[in-house]
Amino acid sequence: MNFWLVLTVNSITFGGLLFLLSAGFSLIFGLMRIPNLTHGSLFMLGAYVGATFTVGLLGFKLNFWLAAILATLAVAAIGALAERLLLRRLPGDQLAQVLVTLGLSFMAADLCLMLWGGDPLNVTTPDGLGGFVRVGTVAFPMYRLAIIAIAIVVAVGLWLLLDRTRLGAMIRAGVDDPDMARVVGIRVSQLFTIVFALGAGLAAFAGIIGGPILSVYPGLDQDMLPLALVVVILGGTGSLLGSFVGSIIVGFIYNFGQALLPELAYFVLFMPMLLVLLLRPQGLFGRQIP
Amino acid sequence: MSRKFSRRTVMAGTAAGAVAAAFKFPSPALAQAAPFKLGLLTVKTGPLAQGGIQMEQGVITYLKEKNYTFAGRKVEFISADTGGNPAGTKTKAQELVEREKVDAILGPLAAFELLAITDYINEQKTPMLSLAGAEDMTQRRPNPYFLRPSATSAQAMHPMADFAAKELKLKRIVTISEDFAFGHEQMGGFQQTFEEAGGKIVNKIWPPLVTPDYTPFVAQIGDCDGVCQGFAGSNPLRFLKTYAAAGLKFPVVTGETGGDDALLRSLGDEALGMYSSCPYTLDFDNDSNKRFVAAMQKDYGIDPGFYASGLYVAAQTVAAGLEKTNGKSDDKDAFVKALRSVELKDTPRGAIKYDHFGNVIGDFFIRHLEKVNGKLVNKTVKTYHNVSQFWTYDEKKFLAAPVYSRNYPPLKS
Amino acid sequence: MMGNFLTPRCLAIAVAIALLAALPAWMNGVYYVNVASQILFYAVFALGLNVLVGYAGLTSLGHAALFGVAAYATAYMLQLGYGHTESILVALLVGVASMAVYAVLSLRSTGIGFIMITLALGEILWGLAYRWISLTGGDNGINVPKRPAPFGFAMSNATNFYYVTLIVFLLSVIAMAIFVRSPFGAALRGTRDQPRRMNALGYHVWLIRFYACLFSGLLTAVSGILFVYYTQFISPQTLALTSSAEVLLMVIAGGPGTLLGPIVGAGLVVIVKTVVSGFIERWNFLLGAIFVAIVILMPDGLVPGTTRLWRRFIRKRPPAPAKTEAAP
Repeated sequence: MNFWLVLTVNSITFGGLLFLLSAGFSLIFGLMRIPNLTHGSLFMLGAYVGATFTVGLLGFKLNFWLAAILATLAVAAIGALAERLLLRRLPGDQLAQVLVTLGLSFMAADLCLMLWGGDPLNVTTPDGLGGFVRVGTVAFPMYRLAIIAIAIVVAVGLWLLLDRTRLGAMIRAGVDDPDMARVVGIRVSQLFTIVFALGAGLAAFAGIIGGPILSVYPGLDQDMLPLALVVVILGGTGSLLGSFVGSIIVGFIYNFGQALLPELAYFVLFMPMLLVLLLRPQGLFGRQIP
Repeated sequence: MSRKFSRRTVMAGTAAGAVAAAFKFPSPALAQAAPFKLGLLTVKTGPLAQGGIQMEQGVITYLKEKNYTFAGRKVEFISADTGGNPAGTKTKAQELVEREKVDAILGPLAAFELLAITDYINEQKTPMLSLAGAEDMTQRRPNPYFLRPSATSAQAMHPMADFAAKELKLKRIVTISEDFAFGHEQMGGFQQTFEEAGGKIVNKIWPPLVTPDYTPFVAQIGDCDGVCQGFAGSNPLRFLKTYAAAGLKFPVVTGETGGDDALLRSLGDEALGMYSSCPYTLDFDNDSNKRFVAAMQKDYGIDPGFYASGLYVAAQTVAAGLEKTNGKSDDKDAFVKALRSVELKDTPRGAIKYDHFGNVIGDFFIRHLEKVNGKLVNKTVKTYHNVSQFWTYDEKKFLAAPVYSRNYPPLKS
Repeated sequence: MMGNFLTPRCLAIAVAIALLAALPAWMNGVYYVNVASQILFYAVFALGLNVLVGYAGLTSLGHAALFGVAAYATAYMLQLGYGHTESILVALLVGVASMAVYAVLSLRSTGIGFIMITLALGEILWGLAYRWISLTGGDNGINVPKRPAPFGFAMSNATNFYYVTLIVFLLSVIAMAIFVRSPFGAALRGTRDQPRRMNALGYHVWLIRFYACLFSGLLTAVSGILFVYYTQFISPQTLALTSSAEVLLMVIAGGPGTLLGPIVGAGLVVIVKTVVSGFIERWNFLLGAIFVAIVILMPDGLVPGTTRLWRRFIRKRPPAPAKTEAAP
């Protein structure tokens, strides 16, 4: 009984983390039509930058949340630069853009190893969230539950941004029909930079939020990227709701798959992605891309 | 961490060596003047880089101490990065053997890397000293050119199980370890000795090597009074965090990688109280270890652990073997025989010798993880002396049983 | 053009084949012969992927999984105790059959959709190799104790293995050359450039692509078998996304849609991975940087890119030497 309860709750909390990871991926995919294969690297980079401040590698320690904000901003800036300097040179050539992100992911992984070495970094749980919530005999770590709250706050914030602001309207227009958006005077290319930076920042934020659970180690990028892919393909690219629902579904598949079907754990993880690609390419909540 | 020891070998050198080998110049004096070439197969990129980088540091520390001279011969050190990938390991082994013509190889790191090249090393007759697991390399499928100066996967687990049953009085244990040879063999050894001492393994859990979140596995731990974990690399950190986050309080016991001294700088309070068994311990009190630890702290600013010490001892063994042959390494069979007959009194892990399979016999330390002055330390609580890979078992009977695996010994219901 | 054997092009090919055939003699040491073998079988793999990427305009990011399936099939058959001939035949069959399934699933889409489906398929196969321990041994992999010795020609010897690989490589190149010039090759290029028009002209676009996939799968399986005999070991890492990305890098770097491109690309990547990695510790970074630089600066790849630069260079030079060349 406890086993099922623990796994169920963990599926939801892990889903929350996956949402933070995949929301930015989904936005970039929706607007620019490319799977950004550096997304795992940006997640890892955010975790490393954040951990640098919380662990005190530079000789001073920062508060967890302050470190999270700094890491988010730093990686968002890196994302903006990558878009401006590299992807911008390949306008409209989606294949080439995917390949550039693939090459960048090789470079980023090696760069992290060079800067931070091979030792894993232990990100401690932020103050006040180290305790447990007890339900009967089962104890749930407070921090994991807090991740659900963080994911919901970020989801609402993103929804407000996309639904209630001028920038959001432009992004939505760009997702629905980039040519038409251009015609009505939206500077789509500038929008690309903004969305890429936003997506990179979100990935970095997810990385540092995930730090206390996952810690930071070389190879984290490759562990997370496939999960983001599955979530976004399931939920539908460019759809916030899709990312949210997709994250929770993948959270459940990941947890129960690993525990109950260890030999087929990855099969049951990627199979839904394949089925959606074949049967409903726009995803559960995505719109048909013309 | 730039490479200070660049590849000075040029094609000319290789060609001269090849010609010399082909015509068997009868001039030992010339051969002795040539530098001794020591190759290292390690992992410096990718997820396994942590241990791999420490391996290189361990070798270099010893080479510096010896001023790059073994038995009067200059040592030329060549380090190769396998990327932690079996195909890469094969290519790099070829580079060391065929291009660099090394006299001995240290490494590789992982059991699956070792399995990928064992046949090749056997064919090429190049002495190889590795700390990788893969028990059968010194048991049922022995490789005459192989030495293991650290421990077989199960070698540290036999004493750990003995300690867990007799001193900690644990009765029911759940094992959890990575789902590959090293993990299988560690847990197999633990189960064998623990159950003979009257304990019972109630469940064996095998998460894959790559597991971002251990909760689905940790959730299966229960109905026990202790946990034995056999994780390696950065995984012990994530496992222990998840374990603590799940509110579990059963005592944890582990082997050399799960409680590695070099990992302590990454661990937090969640690891406190863990018992580990290791062929090396940072607090071992002898001259050799003091020198080694001081040099590692000075050059790299870190405390050494299992990987660095293992390779330090491997390099010591090579130096001692070369002394025995008076600096000659051309006759590979004689050289490997000399290596296997090495007995060292003063290594950072104490006295060691090798059995007739080339596996180490030495002391194993049971340590308790404590906090001293705000820093995590492994404190040695018991030393098992002269532990061989066969523990207290009869060698013949041991070898007649199947190798420790995922399902051997089987789980008793 | 086939009629005149004295064109510079034919001479160049003849010289290249002669150099390759004599390689063990002029190459210094076994190590480099082994590197050459690796380049050749990876070149076969890249040629196979190029059928899709270059000629059909379909970018597959899961090809290493198919390569791995053929390798696993060989190793598994050998482990069961079958001989080399049976093992190789079964591996070819399994490789092409897997490709057929892979094609049926992935050809429902093109462009980014095709990339995503192939990526998912690759991850599924990798996941099975990684976790289906009872079949594949998981991370422990499967050993292949012996290389075959066809007609007493022991392939355990590096030079002999090189020659067998060279023959397979040359056969693959010839097959590619025939394929490119055949009406089928032309039709495939048509489906890449003008799929709708091809459809209107009465071509069965899907079927053409499907056949192209099978051809690609055959070359991939052949190279996978050579790989497993070369390393004598197979483990899940061979099927991973990184491996798929590397072979794609070979094709993209060398020049997709050219015969020579994937071969040059295979040479480049293998040399960076094996030889250069001995000198430069940050070789992964270098590989990524090469990839990015080529995609941005030389989008059609090294071979067409350098040809273009060379032509421009010749034209810019003072007229004297260029004139003699210009005579048709």
